[in-house]
Amino acid sequence: MNSLSERPLTAMIDLAGPPPDCAAYGNAGGWQGTRKALKTLTPDEVISMVTRSRLRGRGGAGFPTGLKWSTVPKDPASKRRKYLVANADEMEPGTFKDRILMEGNPLQLVEGMLLAGYAIQASHGIIFLRGEYFLAHQRLQHAIDEARHLGWLGENILGTGFSFDIDLHSSGGRYICGEATALLTALEGSRAVPRGKLPPSQISGLWGAPSVVNNVETLCNISHIVTHGPEWFDGLGTGADSGTKLYGVSGRVCRPGFWELPMGTPLRDLIEVHAGGMKSGYALRALLPGGASTPFVDAADIDIPMDYDSIKKVGGRLGTGMAILLDDRTCPVGMLRNLEHFFAQESCGWCTPCRDGLPWVERLLDALEDGTGTEDDIEQLMRHARILGSPGRTFCAHAPGAMAPLASGLALFRDDFTAHLTGHGCPLHHAA
Amino acid sequence: MVTFHLDGKACESRPGLNLLQACLEAGANLPYFCWHPELGSVGACRQCAVRQFSSPEDQTGRVVMACMMPVTEGTRISISDPEAAELRESVVEWMMINHPHDCPVCEEGGECHLQDMTVMTGHHTRRYRFTKRTHRNQDLGPFVKHEMNRCIACYRCVRFYRDYAGGKDLAAFGSHDSVYFGRAEDGTLENAFSGNLVEICPTGVFTDKPFSEVYTRKWDMRGAPSVCVHCAVGCNIIVNSRQETVRRVLNRYNGEVNRYMLCDRGRFGYGFVNAPSRIRTPLLRVDGQHVSVSEQDAMAAFARFVGDGKIFGIASSRASLESSFSLRELVGEEQFSTGETQQAQNCMDLARTLLQSHPGHIPTLHNMESADAVLVLGEDVCATAPRLGLALRQSVRQASFHAADEANVPRWLDEAVRTLGTDCPSALYILTPAPTDLDEIALESSRAAPDTIARIGFAVAHLIDPTAPAVPDLSTSDTGLAQRIATLLGTAERPLVISGMQYGSPALMQAAANIAAALARTKPQAGLSLSLPDCNSMGLAMIGGVPLEAVIDKAVAGEISTLVIMENDLARHLDPVSLSELMNAVPNVVVIDHTASSCSERADLVLPAAAFTECVGTLVNQEGRAQRFFPAVVATPPVRPAWRWMTAIAPHCAEQKPRQDLVNWEHEDDIMAAMGRGIPALAGAVNAAPGSSYRFHSGKIRNETSRMSGRTVIRSHVSVRDQPPPPSPETPFRNSMEGTYGPDLPGALIPYFRAPAWNSVQSLTRFQQEIAGPLRGGDGGVRLLRDHSPSQPGITEDVTTVYHYGADIPPPFLPRNGEILLLPETRLFGSEELSMHSPPVVARSSPAVLRLPETDVRPDRIELRIQDVSYLLPVQSMPGLAHGVAVYPAHMTIPAFAFPRLVPLNAIKPDHTDGGAS
Repeated sequence: MNSLSERPLTAMIDLAGPPPDCAAYGNAGGWQGTRKALKTLTPDEVISMVTRSRLRGRGGAGFPTGLKWSTVPKDPASKRRKYLVANADEMEPGTFKDRILMEGNPLQLVEGMLLAGYAIQASHGIIFLRGEYFLAHQRLQHAIDEARHLGWLGENILGTGFSFDIDLHSSGGRYICGEATALLTALEGSRAVPRGKLPPSQISGLWGAPSVVNNVETLCNISHIVTHGPEWFDGLGTGADSGTKLYGVSGRVCRPGFWELPMGTPLRDLIEVHAGGMKSGYALRALLPGGASTPFVDAADIDIPMDYDSIKKVGGRLGTGMAILLDDRTCPVGMLRNLEHFFAQESCGWCTPCRDGLPWVERLLDALEDGTGTEDDIEQLMRHARILGSPGRTFCAHAPGAMAPLASGLALFRDDFTAHLTGHGCPLHHAA
Repeated sequence: MVTFHLDGKACESRPGLNLLQACLEAGANLPYFCWHPELGSVGACRQCAVRQFSSPEDQTGRVVMACMMPVTEGTRISISDPEAAELRESVVEWMMINHPHDCPVCEEGGECHLQDMTVMTGHHTRRYRFTKRTHRNQDLGPFVKHEMNRCIACYRCVRFYRDYAGGKDLAAFGSHDSVYFGRAEDGTLENAFSGNLVEICPTGVFTDKPFSEVYTRKWDMRGAPSVCVHCAVGCNIIVNSRQETVRRVLNRYNGEVNRYMLCDRGRFGYGFVNAPSRIRTPLLRVDGQHVSVSEQDAMAAFARFVGDGKIFGIASSRASLESSFSLRELVGEEQFSTGETQQAQNCMDLARTLLQSHPGHIPTLHNMESADAVLVLGEDVCATAPRLGLALRQSVRQASFHAADEANVPRWLDEAVRTLGTDCPSALYILTPAPTDLDEIALESSRAAPDTIARIGFAVAHLIDPTAPAVPDLSTSDTGLAQRIATLLGTAERPLVISGMQYGSPALMQAAANIAAALARTKPQAGLSLSLPDCNSMGLAMIGGVPLEAVIDKAVAGEISTLVIMENDLARHLDPVSLSELMNAVPNVVVIDHTASSCSERADLVLPAAAFTECVGTLVNQEGRAQRFFPAVVATPPVRPAWRWMTAIAPHCAEQKPRQDLVNWEHEDDIMAAMGRGIPALAGAVNAAPGSSYRFHSGKIRNETSRMSGRTVIRSHVSVRDQPPPPSPETPFRNSMEGTYGPDLPGALIPYFRAPAWNSVQSLTRFQQEIAGPLRGGDGGVRLLRDHSPSQPGITEDVTTVYHYGADIPPPFLPRNGEILLLPETRLFGSEELSMHSPPVVARSSPAVLRLPETDVRPDRIELRIQDVSYLLPVQSMPGLAHGVAVYPAHMTIPAFAFPRLVPLNAIKPDHTDGGAS
C-alpha cells in the first residue's frame, strides 16, 4: 500500500510549503473521485458507497454520513434548492485537525464537497469557517477560485450537466456556531441560536431548504472513498470503526501534535509512541479524549482503543479525537475553572439552564480556587453537573458538553475539591 | 379528542396540541414562560418540564419540555415527577440569579407571571451567593418603560415585536448570561403595537409608562369591560380605575376580535378622559364669554332656547347608540342629522349596504388571520384600523402553515414553521395611493390614485365573474395586475377583499364588493371587509339621519332655532366657511360633549357628557358587531351620559313628539328596548351584553378584586365613616370587592382576569373554553349584519340570489398640470380626534407635512388654496406615492375639508418663511 492509501487525509500535506494547486493535486491522485462519480455513478450510488464505507461524522457526534445524506429529498438540483455546508468552525478547545486539513490540502475539502453535493444533488456549497482561521481562509479561497477557473466548480462540471459552486463564509465568532443548526441560523444572518431537532436540517435547513452539514474531516474522506471504494476504507480502521482519524495530543508530553492513524488506535499508542510520552517529571493523571466537552478518562484506562464505541466503555467520548492531557502537577479544579469559564462565556443565551447555570458553575469554581468555597458549593456543582448533564434539560448539547468534564472531574478528583476547602484555596498555588 | 394520562388520571384533549396546552386545558398548573398561545413554542425557557412515559409499562420515561411535544392518544406524562419538579424549581432559581428582589416597588408586582410561576415551582430560598449582573435601561419613548435587570430572557418580547408585529427596532443583543433586549440606542419604539410588550413580558421589564405616573396595584383597581373608541375595529379593552380616575387600559380577550393584542392608539389613547380639555360643568355664554353654571341654570337656559320648538339634533359617529338614539328620540327623526357630510354618509351607507348584500362571508378579525389570499384595495389599514393590519400580518403565514402541515410539523412549533416557510410566498396584494407598513410583506404592492385602483378592482371582479361589469380602456399594465390578482384570489379557499372609507371613494368600496361577490359565487368563505372611520360609524349608519348639508340648508332657511350638537366637533366635518354659515344661522347652539372642541367653544350652552369610561354604551364596529362598554368610574355630577341630558331636556321640549317615552327612561336597558322597537336593524344590539338585571350565580358581579385595599380608609381624611360602594343600577356590576366572579363570566362582563395561582394576564387560559379559543362565557358582542357563509349556523337564506354588481366605474385618473389630487394621509397618531387629547399619543404624533411624489427638487413650502383660504405647508417628497397625488394628514392643521379633491398648488420660493395658515 502506498502512503496515500495508508494516510489518505494527510498524504498530500506538507506544512512546510504551500498546499498543492489543482495540477499537483491531480498528479497526486486528486480529482479521480470526481471523474468517477460524475461520469459513471448516480448520486444514489455515491451515497451507497459512503454508507457501505461506514464513515461516521468526524465532528464528534459520529452520525453515519451515508445515512444523513440518504434522508435528503431526492429531487434533482435543478428542481429544488439544496445546500451542502462544510462545518469548518473548529472552536473546540484543544482541537486543530480541520485547520491542518484546510491549510495543508484545501482542494481535498473542495473535492469532498463537490462529491457530497453531487450525492445529495445540491448545487450550492458553503464553507462556514472559524473567523480566526486567516491562513485557511486565504488558501481555501485560492483553491476555490482556481478550481472554478479550471472548471472543477461552476456550471456543467466535466460536461456532465452537474453544476456546483462553493462560497466561503468566515464566521463572526462564537463557539455555538459549530453546532450544526446554530451554524445555519448564523449563515442566515440571525443570532447564532440552535434550532429544534425537528424537522431535521436535511428536510428544512438553510433558509428552509434541505441542507446537509458535514464536518471538514468527514468531507475530506469522501474523494478517497469514491476513488478506492468503501471496502478499502473499511479496512483502514483497526477496530470497530472504519477509516483513519486525525488524532492529536496536547499537554505536557514530549511531542505534542497530530497524526493520521487508523481508527481505533489505542490511547496509549497516541501518548507514549506518537507523542513521545510524558515530559520528564510529569505523570499522566487523566485526559479529555476528544476536546473540552468530553468527559475525563482516567490514566488507568488508556489502553482503550480510540473509536466511537470503545471509549464510551470507560466513560469517555471520542469527540474530535484531539486529546487534552492533565498531568499530576496541574490543578484539576483550576483546569475545570478554565473550561467552565469558556463554556459559560460561549453559552448562546437561549435556554435558561445553560445561560444562567453555567456562570453559576464558573463562580463556584472561582470561589473554590480563590479559597472562599464552601461544602455547599460542591453540592451545587454536583447538582448542576447532574441536572445540566442530563439529556433534554437544555435546548442543545452545549451544557451537557460543559458538564461532561465537570461531572467526571468531580468523581475523579473529589480529593482535590476537598483540599480546596480545607486548604482555603488551591494547594498547588500554596505550594508554588 | 384524544385521551392522555396526566399523573395517572385520564384527561381529554384536542389532538394536535402540545402537552403544555393540553395540561393547562385540563386545569393543571404547569409553569411556563416562553410559550404564548399566539407565538407558539420555542423551548427556550425550559420551565414546563414533565416526565413522559413511552408506554404503560415504561417506568423510567424521560424528562421533556411539555411545550415542544405533541399530545397523542395514550400519551402518559407526570407533572409531579420529582426530577421534573426539581428542574422546574431550578429553572426559576436560575432566572432569579440576576432578577432583582424589587417586587415591593416593581410595577409588575401582583400581576407578575414570574411571581406566580416562582410560587408554583416552590422555589423560595436563594442559594446563589455571588453578585448579580446588571444592565443599563433605555428610554423607549412615551409608552413603554424599560427595566432590563428584571429580564429572565424568555425571548417573548422580540418574538412578538419582530416576528409577530413586524417591528425592526427591538432586538436581542449580547449573549450568555448577558442578553440584552432593547433598541440599538435609546429612542421611541417605532412599532404600532409596542404597548403589547407590557402584557407579553412575563415580568416587569416592559411596563406601561403613562400608568406608571398614576400607578396603583392591580388588586387595588376597579376593572370595567369596555370597547376601544379610537377606530371602528372595536377591540375589547379593560379600563382600570382607582379613586374614580382612569389609570390604564389593558387588552380584553375576545376570540373573534382583538384576541391578545391592541394597537398603541387604543392602549394609550384613553388619556382624553383625564385631560384638561374635559368639560366638567355646564357652560353658558354670557356676554360672549362661557361661564360655568349650575344644572338648574343650564336647564332653564335650555328651556328658553327650545321655547319655539324649532329644535334640531346632530349626532356623531363617535357617540354610542344610546346617545345618538336618545337624541333622535328627543328631536324626532325628521330633525335628526348623522353629523356627517353627504359624501361621508353616502360612503357609510354604501359600506353598510355592500356588507349586508355580500353573498359571502363577513369576516371577523380572527377570520382574517386565516385568509389565504388578501387584496387590500385603496385603504391604509395600518392607520385606519391598525389591529386589522396586525391580523393581515398573520394571514401571510398561511402558506407556511400549509407547508408545516405537509411536513407533519405542528403549527405551534414556531421556529420550525418559520424556517419551513422561508420561501413560502405571501398572498397579499396591496393597491394604495401611498406606501403602507404592510408593503414589506405583500406579494406585490402597487401605487395609483383611488379611481385607478377602483378600476383595477372592477376589472378583477370581471375576470373572476364575466357577468360583473367590464372596465373599458384599462391600460396594459393594469390589466396584467388585475389578472395576477384575479388568479391569486381565484385559487384561494378563503380569499378576503378589504377596502374602506379612507379616501372617500364609493367606487373603491363598490369594486371591492364586486370582487368579493364574484368570488363568493364559488367560494362561500370569500370575505369582504370595509373599514369605517369611527367607533360607531356603522351604528350611526344603521340609525340614519340627514347629512350636515341638509342641516345647513334648514338653518339658513330659518327653520332651526336650537341646534343640539352631541359629541361631535363639526369643524372636523365642515370647512370653516360652511361651519360659520351654520353657526351664524342658528340662534341657539347647544353642545353636549365630554371634550372641548372648536365647536363647543362656539356654543351658547355646553352640557358635560360622560366619557366612555363613565357610562354604559353600545357601539357597532365595522363588521356590524354590537359591543357594550361599562363604566370604570362613576360620573361626577353634573357630568352624566349624554342620553341622560336628553331625558332631562325632554320635559322642556313641550311641543314635540315622542318625548313621553324618553321621559320615562330610567336605565340604559330602556333605551335599548325602545331602539329595538324603533329601528329593527338595531334590535339585536340589546344582546351586545347582558342587561342590568343580569345576575351571575345569583349576584351582581364585583368589578373590584377581593383583595382591594383601603376602601374604609381611602376617604378617612374626609370622613371616618365606611362609605357604601357607589351604586350601579344600570349595570350587572357592583362597584365593590363584594360580589360574584368566576371564569364562566359572560365574555362581555369580565372586569379583570384572575384565577387561583394565576394573578397575571396569563390567567386568561382559565377563562377560555380552549386555549386561544372562545371565552367560556362566550366571546362578547352580537353581530347585526347577516353573514351568508355556511359557517354561520341558522342562516337559511338562498345565497344563489342574483347579486347586483355595482357598475359605476370611474374614468381613469390622469395627473394634471398645476393641480394635484389631495388625499388624506391618515396617521396612527394624529388623525383620530379623541386620542389627540391623550398626552403620550400627542407625544408620538409628528408635525403635519404635505407629501408629494418623489420628483424634481421641490421648494420647502407650497401654497395650497382651498376655498379662498391659503395655506403654506411644509413639503416632503414621499417615495412611491402615486403620480399626480399628494397626501396630507387630515385634521392636523387644516380643519376639515372634503377629501379627495383637486387643488391648485403654487410653489413658494424657499425664502418665504411664513408658517402655517395665512
